[in-house]
Amino acid sequence: MATRTPISRSIAAHAVLITYTLIALFPVFVIVINSFKSRRAIFNDPLAVPTAETFDLVGYATVLKQGDFFQYFLNSMTVTVASLFFVLLFGAMAAFALSEYRFKGNLLMGLYLALGIMIPIRLGTVAILQLMVASGLVNTLTALVLVYTAQGLPLAVFILSEFMRQVSDDLKNAGRIDGLSEYRIFFTLVLPLVRPAMATVAVFTMIPIWNDLWFPLILAPAEETKTITLGSQVFIGQFVTNWNAVLAALSLAIVPVMVLYLIFSRQLIRGITAGAVK
Amino acid sequence: MAEVTISDLRKSYGGLDVMHGVNVDIPDGEFVVLVGPSGCGKSTLLRMIAGLEGVTGGTIRIGGRVVNNLPPAERNIAMVFQNYALYPHKTVAANMGFALKMQRMDRAEIDARVARAADILGLKPYLARFPRELSGGQRQRVAMGRAIVRDPEVFLFDEPLSNLDAKLRVQMRSEIRELHQRLSTTTVYVTHDQIEAMTMADRIVVMKDGHVSQIGAPLDLYDRPANVFVAGFIGSPAMNLIEGVVRRDGGVVVEAGTDRLPAPDLPGMDDGRRVIFGIRPEHLLRDDAGFAAAVAVVEPTGAETHVVLRMGARDVVAVFRDRLGLRPGNTLRLSPQPGMVHVFDAETGQRIG
Repeated sequence: MATRTPISRSIAAHAVLITYTLIALFPVFVIVINSFKSRRAIFNDPLAVPTAETFDLVGYATVLKQGDFFQYFLNSMTVTVASLFFVLLFGAMAAFALSEYRFKGNLLMGLYLALGIMIPIRLGTVAILQLMVASGLVNTLTALVLVYTAQGLPLAVFILSEFMRQVSDDLKNAGRIDGLSEYRIFFTLVLPLVRPAMATVAVFTMIPIWNDLWFPLILAPAEETKTITLGSQVFIGQFVTNWNAVLAALSLAIVPVMVLYLIFSRQLIRGITAGAVK
Repeated sequence: MAEVTISDLRKSYGGLDVMHGVNVDIPDGEFVVLVGPSGCGKSTLLRMIAGLEGVTGGTIRIGGRVVNNLPPAERNIAMVFQNYALYPHKTVAANMGFALKMQRMDRAEIDARVARAADILGLKPYLARFPRELSGGQRQRVAMGRAIVRDPEVFLFDEPLSNLDAKLRVQMRSEIRELHQRLSTTTVYVTHDQIEAMTMADRIVVMKDGHVSQIGAPLDLYDRPANVFVAGFIGSPAMNLIEGVVRRDGGVVVEAGTDRLPAPDLPGMDDGRRVIFGIRPEHLLRDDAGFAAAVAVVEPTGAETHVVLRMGARDVVAVFRDRLGLRPGNTLRLSPQPGMVHVFDAETGQRIG
């Protein structure tokens, strides 16, 4: 043990992290390389990278020709961004109220709002479907946005209220004395200070929404409201699966969510370093 | 420029009363310090004046106007907080001018006021910086600048020096005092540090458990504390408080254990009354006819020496200006300086005479 220098320790730590990264990225890697190969090459040697002979864009060609893939993308994007916006807005506002104001039933209200973390929203699928049918929202993106907002709120409220409790009371009071309304205090003083927490919540909320197959299939399976995850399923048949197209569609589906993640993770890092150099 | 009148002010949280009818009159231009141990209600009182806490009963008047239900921004006050509470994403100049901007004041006028305040506080070179690029003392000056630019009727300070190191605290203490002499704006200042209270205040309000214990000029509180609490709270090292019984056989003495301490003959010093005998450490004089006490601890501070003495089962502190070369175990004979003895009733804690 005495011979373990900081350098060897940091090598060990990096080895563990790199191994983990490789394991986590391996399926993604396989999907992406195979999406650029011909059908025969996929089955002959699934782990080989595409070469000049096996390189084939037929998967992408199929995807772009088939159906309305651009529309599916747009649908997924709309639903994700709109849900994310509402989750962050309402989640942060509820969290602010819970952490800032003393009122009767504050604790109970907090517990009630956090309950959704433990109870999967899918248990209520039948009731949600009835609700959507009754309100004529079936096969609309609005239905998905509403469901995903409800699904994302509990965790958002829980995490954000914890962070908002740490924002200095004096700062908020200084704002009040300077004549800021409660809304201005919330938007101009508190939100910028909990930005790293907002980014965390955004990432945790965004990915399940983007990847969800359940609710799009049940609530909005129409051609014009299909999301990308649902749209990709057309290539998986009961008897024949067009693997080139499935892999190409999945590869394409990674791109937008990755862009969103990069945007938020910049905020995450900025938040962390801002705290460190203070 | 305004007087602050607080009458019969009450505050309760749920069923719990934390302030029981506080009355304080602060004339225009006075520097008043609220002091007391933590939990005494001094910060709550300040926050009620600021409008950050609701009022349960009684009234607060600023400049003759009842402000009970006015929001903080309309009370024409400015407040300096313990941890500065500067807006982290605004520059020093923007921090100072922000309240004025919220009042939709003319841009040129804001700049002029910020420049004047920066001049007073020596912040000119730092106007373009962000709070995180400033030291603690500079941040505190910015917080004061933010208060000054508003030209408020009342300044409120909430333990503004608690986060600074000891040396800077002494320096800022005189800076705040000087600022007050220059602007002579009515000021309410909260601290738990009785030295800050003594050095800065025109008048001190000593609070305990949501009551006002005594109000008066610093030296009045020091010379004539109204009760045992104030006697023990004001002054450092604290006053020696010795419980005993009055005996009138020949002279008037307070009998505490085997010691007989000479006491003044005041109205109310009846034989057999249980009292608390108070004497400040600097008023214990060496006297060969006095009571004997064994030296337990010697604490030289340079200018003076604090000596902890064991007198029977009690510890007594004495302060000497001359260097006596005392060592633990030595015996000293001491007696209280005549005319400097305070006597309090043992039951009520109120001053006798």
